[in-house]
Amino acid sequence: MNFKQYILVCGGTGCESSKSDEIYRNLLSAAESKDVKSDVQILKTGCFGLCEKGPIVKVLPDESFYVHVKPEDATEIIEEHVIKGREVKRLLYDTSDSKANKAMENLDFYQKQFRIVLRNCGVINPEDIDEYIARDGYAALSKVLSEMTPDDVIAELKISGLRGRGGAGFPTWLKWNLTKEVESDQKYVVCNADEGDPGAYMDRSTLEGDPHSLIEAMAIAAYTIGADYGYIYIRAEYPLAINRLKIAMEQARGYGLLGKDILGSGFNFDLEIRLGAGAFVCGEETALIASLEGERGMPRPRPPFPSVKGVFGKPTVINNVETWANVPVILHKGGKWFASIGTEDSKGTKVFALTGKINNSGLVEVPMGTTLREIVYDIGGGIKDGKKFKAVQTGGPSGGVITADYIDTPIDYASLQKLGSIMGSGGMIIMDEDDCMVDVAKFYLDFTVDESCGKCAPCRVGGKTMLHLLEGITKGKGTMDDIEKMKKIALGMSKASLCGLGQTAPNPVLSTLRYFEDEYLAHIQEKRCPAGKCKDLTVYEIISDKCIGCGLCARRCPVSCISGEKRQPHVIDQEKCIKCGECYSVCKFEAVSKK
Amino acid sequence: MGKLTLEELKKLRESKQKEMSLRDTSDKNVHIIIGMGTCGIAAGAKDAYSAFVDELAAHNLGNVTVKQTGCMGLCHAEPTVEVIMPEMPRIIYGNVNAQVARDIVRKHVLGKILVNDHVFDRPAIDIVEGGGN
Ligand SMILES: Cc1cc2nc3c(=O)[nH]c(=O)nc-3n(C[C@H](O)[C@H](O)[C@H](O)COP(=O)(O)O)c2cc1C
Ligand code: SF4
Ligand code: SF4
Ligand code: SF4
Repeated sequence: MNFKQYILVCGGTGCESSKSDEIYRNLLSAAESKDVKSDVQILKTGCFGLCEKGPIVKVLPDESFYVHVKPEDATEIIEEHVIKGREVKRLLYDTSDSKANKAMENLDFYQKQFRIVLRNCGVINPEDIDEYIARDGYAALSKVLSEMTPDDVIAELKISGLRGRGGAGFPTWLKWNLTKEVESDQKYVVCNADEGDPGAYMDRSTLEGDPHSLIEAMAIAAYTIGADYGYIYIRAEYPLAINRLKIAMEQARGYGLLGKDILGSGFNFDLEIRLGAGAFVCGEETALIASLEGERGMPRPRPPFPSVKGVFGKPTVINNVETWANVPVILHKGGKWFASIGTEDSKGTKVFALTGKINNSGLVEVPMGTTLREIVYDIGGGIKDGKKFKAVQTGGPSGGVITADYIDTPIDYASLQKLGSIMGSGGMIIMDEDDCMVDVAKFYLDFTVDESCGKCAPCRVGGKTMLHLLEGITKGKGTMDDIEKMKKIALGMSKASLCGLGQTAPNPVLSTLRYFEDEYLAHIQEKRCPAGKCKDLTVYEIISDKCIGCGLCARRCPVSCISGEKRQPHVIDQEKCIKCGECYSVCKFEAVSKK
Repeated sequence: MGKLTLEELKKLRESKQKEMSLRDTSDKNVHIIIGMGTCGIAAGAKDAYSAFVDELAAHNLGNVTVKQTGCMGLCHAEPTVEVIMPEMPRIIYGNVNAQVARDIVRKHVLGKILVNDHVFDRPAIDIVEGGGN
């Protein structure tokens, strides 16, 4: 048996799944009644994203992509597409509004994702250098070594418009050029694979899926700036990435792509892995350098910048994993090609780790300028359990929240900054109506206070004081003065802290204050947590009119603080209640209220 | 192979590309590719891997290769598996536990029927032209 066609019906939870069920059944019966059951297999699939255009049906091998399909369209799809071999034109997805199409004009596709950094992830075997080579791997290095001067490389990078993906967005060509221009007997290239943001794992996945792209990029940089040695600084908690890197380096050495006289060009370059202990501050470049040198991982004042005085006091280029992974493609396909993707001030793509209350959590790579709405709904498949989108947190502990009002903001460095957040390294945490914004701010501040190295007072003392105030607010002990105090401390920290950690630590607080001041006020003035998240402010009560006295909650309560006669309304002993919420979730009669 | 020259690297690339595109006619013409990033492994990719190997051996299928790759990005549907074989569209399966892995061998590879409820869509098009599989 062999089918000629396959019809895939989106069965995701994002779109109207009841409809897609009906479509699926109608397709099956249409295929049956038209007697083409053995020609076409009809299947339900996982979510395609693009839920606002759902329900979606895709036909293979033609790759026809039908949107807004209705159950009554089933017969037409079978009659036209399967029997007569003609696409149902009116149902086809109109690709003209897709951003990424700009770069791929002649290609008709519906995907919002565009993979440069992740081009090989999920495609090649990361432990086989030949597969990387077959997909144009080391072609950029060949070209650079045989045809380009260091100045040519810098010029190409400048045309590309590539900016650092580690957080600050510094132009990569400029960083390389600064380092290249410094005279020195020894220079270094460094890869920052510390990836400390909670919720972020883009760099880990890139290294695990495509380690050679990093090696190739670092060799190109070394040639460009005049270095012959490099370090990959990676956290020890990433054993799989480390192992794959080791294998990749070994294979590259075997082919002479690392070592002496690479590709017969006379250029020498080799690499070493240095393990970090996983302190967030060690991702900061000067602390990373200190840690690399065997010192305690504490930031140092800048200037001097690493481009002048880096590892062991020598000029050093330090870039983020994702920044590196773009480099071979830029040199292989040209800076102009790269610059055609994205927006005026932000070129290329950005990888995000989409987590939180989202249906399709995962790693996404989109052209810069893609809107948050496209990421949340078209790729992410919308909010879990049909809840309401509240905000997205970007930039980790240095970033902020973006609210529903700004969901159509194009993602680029400048727009995010204008909204009080930052691009950051790519963590993107989706929050819904059940998330409390004061609690979110507290979570991040708690993280930075914990991770502060303690070298300077504004961060060490300021952070602690602010956290204390926030904790008071979530416990219902806050006053209106506290908000003003926090703002003042924030200003001090951002101005006087030595490194980015302390300078940006107040951002989540400032950002949530800016967009969700009402929530802070509810905590302070009404002693109420609107999202019902802050335990000390939450009260569970049994509504006696609704309670039928089934006793389920009493049996489940971990501290046995619910009592009542059989078939009589029960009551909660508020003194003993630990606010675990179990009674609220088990009651089948909605008789437990949460306030 | 030892140290490469520019010319040899180019030749190696061409021959590997050819090898990969000629897959259909070589004796190993079915490819099962399992996402083995941290997320895939955490979700049970290793179980799926051994189930594939067992089931293939049980059916004496010598024309199938099982190999690993990195994360495809579909973390909500890990473990993910791609199946490439003649006369069938390239298919990505998600939530592949040991049972689904066996189903894939029996239904997809042997029966040429796709396994319902586990097909997922490729998240993005490929920017590398002609390279690889
Ligand atoms: C507290 C702190 C943590 C940082 N953590 C990281 C990190 O984990 N990974 C990273 O690439 N950059 C991190 N950075 C940014 C680096 O200092 C540096 O800007 C970056 O590695 C430069 O690379 P790029 O130009 O390619 O972005 C961090 C900065 C600060 C202030
Ligand atoms: S700002 Fe914080 S992390 Fe940075 S040097 Fe000062 S104390 Fe250390
Ligand atoms: S589970 Fe609900 S209905 Fe049953 S006793 Fe508790 S509150 Fe009353
Ligand atoms: S919230 Fe938890 S501790 Fe409190 S009454 Fe309900 S089940 Fe018992």
